[in-house]
Amino acid sequence: MLRTLTPLLWFLFSAGGTVAALLFPVHLFVMGVAVPMGWMEPPSYASMVELARHPLTRLYLFVLISLPLIHAAHRFRYTLYDGLKVKHLTALIVTMCYGTALVGTVAAAYFLLSLP
Amino acid sequence: MSHEERVHYTLYHPKWYRRPVSVWWWLERWPYTRFVLRELTSIAVGFFALLTLWQLRALHGGEAAYQRFLTQVESPAFIALSVFFLGGILFHALTWFHLAPKAVVVRLAGRRVPDGLIVLSNYVGWIAVSAMVVWILMSE
Repeated sequence: MLRTLTPLLWFLFSAGGTVAALLFPVHLFVMGVAVPMGWMEPPSYASMVELARHPLTRLYLFVLISLPLIHAAHRFRYTLYDGLKVKHLTALIVTMCYGTALVGTVAAAYFLLSLP
Repeated sequence: MSHEERVHYTLYHPKWYRRPVSVWWWLERWPYTRFVLRELTSIAVGFFALLTLWQLRALHGGEAAYQRFLTQVESPAFIALSVFFLGGILFHALTWFHLAPKAVVVRLAGRRVPDGLIVLSNYVGWIAVSAMVVWILMSE
């Protein structure tokens, strides 16, 4: 099954890598540095929920979370292979990497569909 | 013992001697190290994707949960972690932009678009979407 899925996984890997390269720097800078340091005022809860409830924002947030998760899982899987030379643990590594990405994707979909 | 039983066939050519490679092979040369560092940016990408999911969960959990999230984010340890992973994500972004023309050959009017132009358009797009994200968040 993994063999037939591999082309799809590589496609999702490159889509997720592009999303992460274009959008993650600015989002992490805002959330991890600018807001905690007080350089930027965090949007109020009400306006954040209002923004997140918009269908386009929901789609945006789903893409922003799920594709980079799959990208990271796929790349980390091959890093473990090459870096630590643990090819014999394929089943475990594949389950852990893609499993985390899948659970994260389902969780994101659930939170986005049931926003207050 | 018959002749057939003594002969073993292997699927691949057997290699009798293999030079053992250390687990630390990637520290021997800078290009190897750079390659492994680039691959390890997946940890930074995974970290931030899960952090965004965490923020979404707080947003879903109501106003008190969201305020708790904002307080957690303000701790010095979290800021240090963010700066560290921001370095990883920037390394991912820059290597990704520079690899793009090698991964996909774009042709316009029968001519190959030069690599430098693709890299440049990646940077222009990056600045444009970053400015748009900041603008949307500031206007909220």
